[in-house]
Amino acid sequence: MERSRTRLVSKTIVEKILSEHSGLDAYAGDIVVADIDAALVQDGTGPLAVQQLQKLGMEQAANPERTVLFIDHAAPSPRKELSNAHKILRDFAAKTGAILSEVDEGVCHQRMVEDYMNPGEVLIGADSHTCTAGALGAFATGMGSTDVAIGIASGKTWLRVPETIKVYVTGEFKKGVYPKDLMLHFIGMIGADGATYQSIEFCGPTIDAMDMSGRFTLANMAVEAGAKAGLFKTDETTKKYLEERGRGDRWREIAADADATYERVVEIDVTDLEPTISCPHTVDNTKTISEVVGTKVDQVFIGTCTNGRIEDLRIAAQILAGKSRNPNTRLLVCPASKEVYLQAIEEGILAKLASAGAAIINPGCGACVGVHGGILGDGEVCLATQNRNFQGRMGNTEAFIYLSSPAVAAATALEGVIADPRKYL
Amino acid sequence: MDNRMQIKGKVFKFGDSISTDHIAPGRLFHLRTNLPELAKHVLEDADTEFAQNVQPGDFVVAGKNFGLGSSREHAPTIIKIAGVGAVLAQSFARIFYRNAINVGLPVLICDTTQIDRGDELEVDVGKGEIRNVTKGITIQAKPLPDVMIKILNDGGLLEHFRKHGGFALDA
Ligand code: SF4
Repeated sequence: MERSRTRLVSKTIVEKILSEHSGLDAYAGDIVVADIDAALVQDGTGPLAVQQLQKLGMEQAANPERTVLFIDHAAPSPRKELSNAHKILRDFAAKTGAILSEVDEGVCHQRMVEDYMNPGEVLIGADSHTCTAGALGAFATGMGSTDVAIGIASGKTWLRVPETIKVYVTGEFKKGVYPKDLMLHFIGMIGADGATYQSIEFCGPTIDAMDMSGRFTLANMAVEAGAKAGLFKTDETTKKYLEERGRGDRWREIAADADATYERVVEIDVTDLEPTISCPHTVDNTKTISEVVGTKVDQVFIGTCTNGRIEDLRIAAQILAGKSRNPNTRLLVCPASKEVYLQAIEEGILAKLASAGAAIINPGCGACVGVHGGILGDGEVCLATQNRNFQGRMGNTEAFIYLSSPAVAAATALEGVIADPRKYL
Repeated sequence: MDNRMQIKGKVFKFGDSISTDHIAPGRLFHLRTNLPELAKHVLEDADTEFAQNVQPGDFVVAGKNFGLGSSREHAPTIIKIAGVGAVLAQSFARIFYRNAINVGLPVLICDTTQIDRGDELEVDVGKGEIRNVTKGITIQAKPLPDVMIKILNDGGLLEHFRKHGGFALDA
């Protein structure tokens, strides 16, 4: 998109953050070299990043206390090749002072927002769902190992400032309908490539009223619409989240200018939104619950960086407490991080879920990415709260994955078929 | 762009939405530190015979949103290790596109509807010109952004960084 460069003054959130970090008056379409505040790699992408730095003779971290190496995709390691890959990350951390997040600590994106990210910052991560931190008013984006390696060593990266799609959300969610349903509905609307090379700003009264957990779910899945980032303005909700984690002083106001230029505006009213499901094998293959209710399910999986937070586990426990899962449907529950895990223990949630027949998995990615723990059999159907359902995603190309909110997942575990959660709430 | 980047080969055709899980599946996660071995399985979950049959210079030709999904740079890297000359698609997912350039794998955005499995192509990456020898037609690809041409011409991001001692992306 060509635009006049001379008299623009108003900016989107991403234009503001990337201007600050590049020292340029940057607008959509500009190429900038930006300072980065934080970087992450995980055990699937990190070893290659380290090897690239070794090739370059730059085994260093420009900003070690904000460089985080996560052992989460294969945690604890299910095989020796992965144990050896983990050693590469541990050695790099020891050598450079970068932070290592060990096998007990949880999924990278949840850990980044809990402990490391603040409004107005730039994060690059060698994992596509790095965009999760956008919910805190940061510019956070996923890249490959080499890009992030160079970011780690030099403290910089190059970026094309993206155009922004404004998603303006109104209305109140009905009981049993959640931000996850909104996000699946939105991706179904604009398609898995609907926001490619662009960023998304989520705003409007529904977003203002949404808790951080819901905002993280939306930001997390921005990449499923192809977006580079999903951003939110900061407010009292952001401030409270940071205060609870001892970073209240890092809050600052982040917002777009009123007359910033958007690529387009998408309006969504959630008043009549139904529980929404993504069907195999693409996230944009969405249906409302009534169209898929009754589909037989072999495995239900509740967890991941999309919906493995305490708020999600509370909903699952509310539906499953005192009941039992369907005998033909196994239920896996995986808190997204150690913080969530401990909180769920404290609130008695894990006891309720385990009594209802859940296998509780330690915080991590294994089941979601098909590495270990929860791999599907031929022809099996899984309903999961994660963010993608590509063929082969959970370790078997002959299996079928549906995506939903934790509430649908819990109701489905009870009935053994895809079920509407509203009758249990 | 570099005029030496002329490639000749035959076509392996794929559909829309080929994900990084098709290209470098999670079940082979443990091979990520052994790329030559992982490359023997490249695109296996979309075409089980592709890896055995692909010859140096051959083309992967696909529909929309090629490479969607994960940030795993292993995906374009093993396509390159397998000898693929270029990937041609109607559109690419953002991270895959950037990764491909970073690892020196040419990626061209073009109309792929008139290219079929087994067609012989001659591709001039610099000009974005695709000659379908089998069908006797020429297809024009969208030009790569200048930044990407610079990185590709330097042999990928690592070499770019080594050569210039940092980012040197200005015109
Ligand atoms: S939980 Fe799943 S989507 Fe999230 S980082 Fe782990 S593998 Fe990726």
